[in-house]
This record gives sequence, structure tokens and C-alpha cells, in this order.
Amino acid sequence: MSAPLLQAENVGKYFGGVQALLGVSFAIRADEIYGLIGPNGAGKTTLFNLITGFAAPDSGRVSFEGRPLAGLKPDAIAKLGIARTFQNIRLFANLSALENVMIGRHARTRAGVAAAVLRTRAQRAEEAAIEARAAELLDYVGIAARADALARNLSYGDQRRLEIARALATEPRLLALDEPAAGMNATETQALAGLLRRVRSDGVTLVLIEHDMHLVMGLCDRVLVLDFGRRIAEGTPREVQHDPAVAAAYLGAPAA
Amino acid sequence: MALIAVALAVLPFALAAVGTTWVRITNLAILFILLSLGLNIVVGFAGLLDLGYIAFYAVGAYVYALLASPQFDIHWPFWAVVPLGALVACIFGVLLGAPTLKLRGDYLAIVTLGFGEIVRIFLNNLSQPVNITNGPQGISRIDPIRIGNLSLGSTDTLAGLTFSGPIKYYYLLIVVLLLVLIVNVRLQHSRIGRAWEAIREDETAARAMGIDTMRMKLLAFAMGASFGGIAGSIFSAMQGFISPESFVLVESIMVLSMVVLGGMGNIWGVAAGALLLSFVPELLRYTVGPMQQALFGRSIIEPEVIRMLLFGLALVVMMMYRPAGLFPSAVRRRELTRRTQAQ
Repeated sequence: MSAPLLQAENVGKYFGGVQALLGVSFAIRADEIYGLIGPNGAGKTTLFNLITGFAAPDSGRVSFEGRPLAGLKPDAIAKLGIARTFQNIRLFANLSALENVMIGRHARTRAGVAAAVLRTRAQRAEEAAIEARAAELLDYVGIAARADALARNLSYGDQRRLEIARALATEPRLLALDEPAAGMNATETQALAGLLRRVRSDGVTLVLIEHDMHLVMGLCDRVLVLDFGRRIAEGTPREVQHDPAVAAAYLGAPAA
Repeated sequence: MALIAVALAVLPFALAAVGTTWVRITNLAILFILLSLGLNIVVGFAGLLDLGYIAFYAVGAYVYALLASPQFDIHWPFWAVVPLGALVACIFGVLLGAPTLKLRGDYLAIVTLGFGEIVRIFLNNLSQPVNITNGPQGISRIDPIRIGNLSLGSTDTLAGLTFSGPIKYYYLLIVVLLLVLIVNVRLQHSRIGRAWEAIREDETAARAMGIDTMRMKLLAFAMGASFGGIAGSIFSAMQGFISPESFVLVESIMVLSMVVLGGMGNIWGVAAGALLLSFVPELLRYTVGPMQQALFGRSIIEPEVIRMLLFGLALVVMMMYRPAGLFPSAVRRRELTRRTQAQ
């Protein structure tokens, strides 16, 4: 089997005296959809923050494509090829949908101050390419018609899609989605699942935190279950569903 | 376009007919536009509140004054000193920016305010033990700008037209202003401008997009400071005399008021704000006194006091009715009206 795309070894994180994560290890393979589930407060978002550089692990290590991520800032990790969305959507609310995605191109473009001031031929070509690519991505996630709408005026589902488009604009190898289906109805969730499968088939590996079990079970190849910062199970959705430890975590320990 | 160009070309002569003072006032107004545009990069584009901006103006002014005056008997040409003034101001911008990158809002404002005062106090006291700045007495007999054999400080006659010193500086300032405007507009609509906008809107999301927020903020400070430095150098040459008194806190606040009044982030609004705040007090200076004389037969309140009263009143009224400025940028208007719309 080939080397994993992202590997976490014995990762631990404390907030004061609280153990948010305790010795968690897992590996995400290229081209899979990897689910991260667990009750509230299990440490899922903390794990996302460690992967994307918004927090540093207190112990253990995370590596991406064999490269350790220790000490790298979020922008450096984004440039390496990990993009993320946020649990409580963080769009540039007062900018248009198109501008949001254009900002996502920042990491993959280069024009600096001098080029911008002199309007060099290369800079103008790059600007045109940025806009074209952004429009393409809006179309890809299905909100091309809303390109000029302000991000804050989009419907909730469209905001989620816009966040995905913006993340894809950074050309990630790994896309980390924090509760992408939160607040969506069944139809929207269905459409989202279709979009995510398409993203994967276009060569982007996905890791997602999700509470919608129906979506997780139907979409993910493998699932990691966390509870109180510990890894309690990993496997295919079917395996995990029948794991007694998982049932105990979600429903409470069976009566002795 | 051509019409504006003609109007701008004729303007100083029309003003000179009223009085050379008005040409000087116009020149100072243009300098304030330059300053406002520089500060707009920091405050308007990147959203970093800077209350010590005048320090960069001071740095540019003193660089020019020290390298082109009898102070050390150095008389370098302007084309060397003005860029150097911009460069040194830029370095000061980075010096201020680097330690404050993690601060936001009020905290950043306090540190920048302190920085502005530190620079002024240094200028005030660097006369001992080695006399560098000449302390509170300031530096005088600063060289005017010379382009070839043409000195901008003296009066020349060409084709029957009298070009006084201020008129020549006016043309120089218009050219500089045009360049600075172009730089600002182009920066705003570029990858860099978008990155600044992203930082202002949501710094966390900006970082997730691969934007090196530290570098971009430093860049904003450095760019803003450079413009301040250029304006300062020209101010130095134009006035022929500078002292620390020209660079007090009130000046920083004045420039910030211009940016806020015009509309943060909107280049044209900011320019308009600077023009307005430069001219209105001057107009009041010449109307308030005579008006009182006419109404009451004597001057009841000092014109200077009334000027500041009206000025303060205007700002308060502004904040109540147009919090995003007279000509707000579209994005800023949305930011500042978010709450009312959400209800």
C-alpha cells in the first residue's frame, strides 16, 4: 500500500487541564473520503485545527505527504495543499461570491506590489486567470448564478458551497470540511454528497467532520470515532456502526 | 478628462489672483491628500488603526531637512533625498509594524499613538549631546527642490506668466498626487489589495486561504509609511523650515479624520475628505472673524476657537448620520450597516 497522504501519530492537545486530544493516531489515504465523528466535545474540531496549523499539538506529530507539519503556520500549510472550511461559516461576508473565491487563489498566484503598480502583462494575464478560475469554481459547486451576490446574502446552503469553492481555489490535495451539511435539509444534503463525490473523483482527498450519520455512512470510505479526545474506533462505516464502544459513546454505557 | 487637466493647470493662477496664500493653502491640502491616501492603505484597506501616522511624515521631512540644508552643510539633490525619505519612512513603518502585528483594534491604536509621540520627542531632544535635529528650534534654510537649473523656491517669468514658488510646487504636487493615485487604485484592484481586504474582513479565514497575514500587514504599514515619507520630504522643501511642532498628535488625528470623513477604503472619498478638511477650516478662518464684526460689531469668540468648535460639531454630526463617511466604499458601507440590516 502506498504511503498515507496525511498521518497523525500519538497526537495530544491540552487546554489548561482539559485533555482535548489524547494520543490519537490515524492515517488518511490518498483519494479516500475519511469521516471524523464523535459526540460534541470529542475533539474533532481541535484535530482539524492541528492538521491545518491553527493550533499546535502538545505531543505527537502530524505529517502531510511525508512532510512534518510542526511549526508551520496556517498559510504555509494551505500552500502545501491542505484547505479547510469552518464549522461556523467564515466567508468574507461583505464581498461578492466571486471575490471570495478570487481571494482563495492567493496562494497559487504571485503578482506582487511592483507588478500590480506597473500593470505588467503577466499581472494582467494572471488577474484574468484568477477571475476565470473563480467563475469556473462557482459553476463547479453550482452557484454560478450567484457570482455577484454578497456572500452574506447567500442562502445557508449556498454559503456552505461557496466555502467549498473558496477552499478548492487553493488547489488542495486534502480538503478538510467541518460539518459541511450542518443546517441543510435532506435534499440539500443529498446534493452536497454528490458534489463531494465529484470533488474526490477529481483527485482531492476529503476528510470531514459530520453529525449527519446518514451522510457519513453513505459517503465515507472509512470513519474515525473520537470520544473525550480518545480514538475509540476506526473502520468502514459498517464496521464502526456495529462497534459496541461506539454505541456506548453515543448512547451511554449499556446497563451492567 | 482634458477639461479637468485644463482646470488643474489654470487653478493656481486663479488662486494667485486672490492671494498667494491660497496657493500655499492648496499645496498643503494636496500634501494632506497624499497623507490621507497613505493612511488609507493602513486603515482603509488593511483595517489597522494607526494613530501615529504623522511620525512617517516627520521622518520624511527630517530626512530631507538633514540632507539638504546648512544643518550639516549637506546639499543632496531632491531626486536622491525624496526617495531616501520614502525608504527611511518605510523602514520606520516596518519597525512599527513588526512588534505590533499581533495587536488589533484599540491595542494597536495605543501602540501606534505612542510610536508617533516617541518619534516627535526624539526629534525634540536630538540636539544633545550631538546636535542632529536642532531640537525644538527646528531646521531652517532647507534647500528648495531644484530640477536642473530650475529652482522651485524662486519666482520665474515664462511667456509673460509669473511662476511663483508656490505655483511651481503646486505643479510638482499635482504630478506626485497623480502617481500616488494611480498606485493606490492599482493596488486596490490587485491580488495584494484583495489580500488586505480579506484580512480586514476575517483574518482567520484569510490565513486559511494561504495569505501570510503578517507579511501583508507589514506591507500595508510599509507602503503607507512610504507615502507619508514622500509627502514629508516635499513639505520640508516647500516650507524651507521644519520643527517638531509640525508633527504633533493632533496632526495624526487630523489625517485620520480626513480618511474617516471621506470614507475609509474609498480612494476618491478619502481624497475628497482631505480636501474638505483642509479648506473648510481655512475658509472659516477668513469668514468667522469678519462675520462677527458685521453681526456684533466686535469679535466675541476667537476665530480659532470657533473653527475647532465647528470642526468638532461636523465630526459628531457625521458619525451620527453617515458613520461610513461621506463617500463610503461599497464594502465599508456594508460592514458598518451590518447590524441594522440583520435586524
